[in-house]
Amino acid sequence: MAEPPVLEARNLSISYYTRAGEIPAVIDFSVEVHAGETIGIVGESGCGKSTVAMAIMQHMGTNGAIVGGQVLYKGRDMAEMSQEELRKTRGSEIAMIYQEPFASLNPSLKIRQQLMEIPLTHEGASESEARDRALQILRDVQLPDPERVMEAFPHQLSGGQQQRVVIAMGLLANASLLVLDEPTTALDVTVEAGIIKLIGDISRRFGTAQIYISHNLGLIRETCDRVFVMYSGEVVEEGSIDQLFRNPRHPYTHGLFGCIASPSMDKNATPLKPIRGQLPLPHERPPGCNFGPRCDFFKAGRCDQDTIPHRRVDEQRGHYARCVRIEEIKHDQAESKPEQKDPLTLGEVVLKIDRMQKYYPVYNNSIPAILRGERVRHVKANESLTFNARRAETVAIVGESGCGKSTFAKVLMGLETATGGSIKLEDTEIAYQPVRKRPPDRISALQMVFQNPFDTLNPSHRVGPQIGRVIQRFTNARSQDRIRDKVFELLDIVKLPRDFYYRRPRQLSGGQKQRVGIARAFAGNPAMVVADEPVSALDVSVAAAVTELLMDIQREHHTTLLFISHDLSTVRYLSDSVVVMYLGWIMERGTTDEVFSPPYNPYTEALLSAVPIADPNIQKREILLEGNLPSVMAPPKGCPFSTRCPHRIGEICDNEPPPEREVSPGHTITCHIPIEELKRAKPVFEYHEPASESVG
Amino acid sequence: MSDNPTATASARPSRIMGFLRSIALLRESWFGMIGAAIVLFWVLMAILAPLLPLYDPLDASVRLVPPGGEAFDGGTHWLGTDNRGRDVLSRVIWGSQRVMVWAMLAILCAYAVGITMGVLAGYLGGLVDDVVSFFANILLSFPVLVLYVLIIAFLGASGVNIVIAVTFTTAPIVMRIVRGLIMDLRTRDYVAAAQTRGESSLYIMFVELLPNARGPLIVDVCLRFGYTVVAIATLSFLGLGLPPPEPDWGMMINEAVELGAHAGHVMLAPAAALSSLILGFNMMADGLREISLRD
Repeated sequence: MAEPPVLEARNLSISYYTRAGEIPAVIDFSVEVHAGETIGIVGESGCGKSTVAMAIMQHMGTNGAIVGGQVLYKGRDMAEMSQEELRKTRGSEIAMIYQEPFASLNPSLKIRQQLMEIPLTHEGASESEARDRALQILRDVQLPDPERVMEAFPHQLSGGQQQRVVIAMGLLANASLLVLDEPTTALDVTVEAGIIKLIGDISRRFGTAQIYISHNLGLIRETCDRVFVMYSGEVVEEGSIDQLFRNPRHPYTHGLFGCIASPSMDKNATPLKPIRGQLPLPHERPPGCNFGPRCDFFKAGRCDQDTIPHRRVDEQRGHYARCVRIEEIKHDQAESKPEQKDPLTLGEVVLKIDRMQKYYPVYNNSIPAILRGERVRHVKANESLTFNARRAETVAIVGESGCGKSTFAKVLMGLETATGGSIKLEDTEIAYQPVRKRPPDRISALQMVFQNPFDTLNPSHRVGPQIGRVIQRFTNARSQDRIRDKVFELLDIVKLPRDFYYRRPRQLSGGQKQRVGIARAFAGNPAMVVADEPVSALDVSVAAAVTELLMDIQREHHTTLLFISHDLSTVRYLSDSVVVMYLGWIMERGTTDEVFSPPYNPYTEALLSAVPIADPNIQKREILLEGNLPSVMAPPKGCPFSTRCPHRIGEICDNEPPPEREVSPGHTITCHIPIEELKRAKPVFEYHEPASESVG
Repeated sequence: MSDNPTATASARPSRIMGFLRSIALLRESWFGMIGAAIVLFWVLMAILAPLLPLYDPLDASVRLVPPGGEAFDGGTHWLGTDNRGRDVLSRVIWGSQRVMVWAMLAILCAYAVGITMGVLAGYLGGLVDDVVSFFANILLSFPVLVLYVLIIAFLGASGVNIVIAVTFTTAPIVMRIVRGLIMDLRTRDYVAAAQTRGESSLYIMFVELLPNARGPLIVDVCLRFGYTVVAIATLSFLGLGLPPPEPDWGMMINEAVELGAHAGHVMLAPAAALSSLILGFNMMADGLREISLRD
């Protein structure tokens, strides 16, 4: 290693200055990134991972500052660079790619102008040379039809395409280092899978060093060579992918793995083990180990003394952990086997949906449209949905954006009414009744948990009365005292302190708000609860706790749960049956085991393969989808998936809607390919028992 | 903040303390502090006018005494007297009361109408929105002063008619602001939550939505209070305002204009009072906006 690393950070400490005084955001961070290497930084929100990225760019905003250590770019201290040098380095040496691709592109310039500008200004290339380079780079990031992309404005491209263009801009500048801050979080899973593949190829083909920041351990495992796990401003563990994923030693890292559902787990045999408590605020960090208050192995007198050194683990090269008790803690032994839970017996059918259909009319009042008689067009948000849900059952609806899962939830809740078919809730037809026309017992029977914790509670009202309102409406409790007691009971159930009754929503963390949202949904004793991505906005450790809470309440009340999600790992873990949707169609439905093993609908197969897996014992078959989701305004004429399907069999897929075929009672696949042929597919996931516990 | 349940429930935090604490936030903007101090000064003047050792604002004595001049009873006319021998200081302070009371009433009325219209249009949308917005646009298409003059000329000059005139000109603007805020807020999940438990539209509009629009509205009230004071003064200046003989800043300026340059103090005192009050409201609004943008 004669060459200096592309980037080196030495004992970097960063603080922000706020009303509350100096807040250390990152403490003692050291990293070396070599050419062709991908470094992963993983952690929950507020752990300082984005601050590290900003420090690498030497861009700390108005109230941040590097208070210790240094950042060296190719051996040169960046703090000693002049503004001019820094500007050059940022533009052409280090490229940063953010979560929201649209924000990184200038909306009023064509892609051509934005790409060609780089060789034109940085290298003084000629017009035609710049154009050729730009076209080549678009081909390199696997954008179909680069000529067309060149002439497009950013808004004419999909999110995935935009992100590829942003990556192309970084490559075009011949950047030696790409900093990727959650580059796929805003994208759909199947699109994400393509970008991840691309990021992996880049370091191999161009020798670019990369720093990949993510909260998703699965993504980190699939893209990186080395991983840094951050917690509350500190790196708590670092190591190669293999060391860290096969043998996590810091209790926090170990805890994180306990919080993620893997496709080999299910809710009854191996429940998730959430980490208790929550991330300390930067100015409320405990003495000694920051993770101490949440750690099962906390020893007073040792873990709360001084600063905890970052030490090598078991004499292994490159594997470090910030824990004083690494040698003593034996995770495989200490592991208290979580109590197994009895599966719920499913009761009678509660919800019966039969060929439900929802079309939205779209009016075009332009004169040519009226002359052609095409004034009204229909967006087919839901096309003939058919499935049942039984008491105490968890039915998951999975699909990517635009698949119609949220529209379905709206129709079910009565915020919209159906265009055709029927929805029967406990034998009452509700498809055509808006919520205000439904009898009170129908309304209270069906409640909802919302996705966004920052939106789910009214910021103007205290927490207690918001739950109390539901009780007042749906139960016979009338007196204020009686209602307040009931709210207290609900707060106990969702494991929140009773004095949260008087709190304002802004005083609560995301996880706590989501708990209040759950308490509110269950306050009226509903027969069925619709949960629309209830944990997707939460941090891993908090999400696990909220998921378990939801399961526990369901277990107690025998509630039917309709779980809407795009996260197949979670779906595999908690649902009894699965409905896979694509562009308003049900592509496949059946019990979870049936959907997750062959025969697959080709879309299910691709969706499963796109899930990032953090479990090193699982081998995944790789299926990459080409192209983008078609627009709901102009769906394909035949099978909705025909434009991207790797198993397309011919004209029939483009022109005729596929038939729904029954594989076994309750398990149907909507596809032109005969079942016999689909049955020949190999499973997407293969589970390998770890060869031997290679500890040490 | 821990996740562990504690069995005890603490007492309900008092509403008054919460209000005081949010007022206290204003000290983070010295600009807003100065504004609030000026406004507070005039509010106190208006309230305390009857208790202050002032000459009767309507009593005539020696005409056009210069500021600091001696009164016939041996006292001092700190700001002199006007052309009818009335004490200017006393008239300015009593005038503040009149301006404040009518401006407050007018603003209350305009906001009540504007908010109701805005919430209805913003939440219900469709035909209601079309109709309300149509009338608002018609009113907004008139130059404000023309509208004032038209309304007062039609109804006659009186306090109540000023309130009506201000309502006609201000309510459409308020309606627009509220409508925009509500259209944004109505897509929030807590509104969907209220809808899915079958709440009535009225409940959603005024309990779930309106309180969340209050931030920008409070800033706007401060600004518009200033404008209303100007409007009332302008009307008085044009002779369309509050009827004499009670003192009123606009009317005082009007009367002083006729005297010309040799009695500058008679004009300067009410003009300075008017400017300072408006400046105070504007600075307070700026301060509030500055604070609300932080965090």
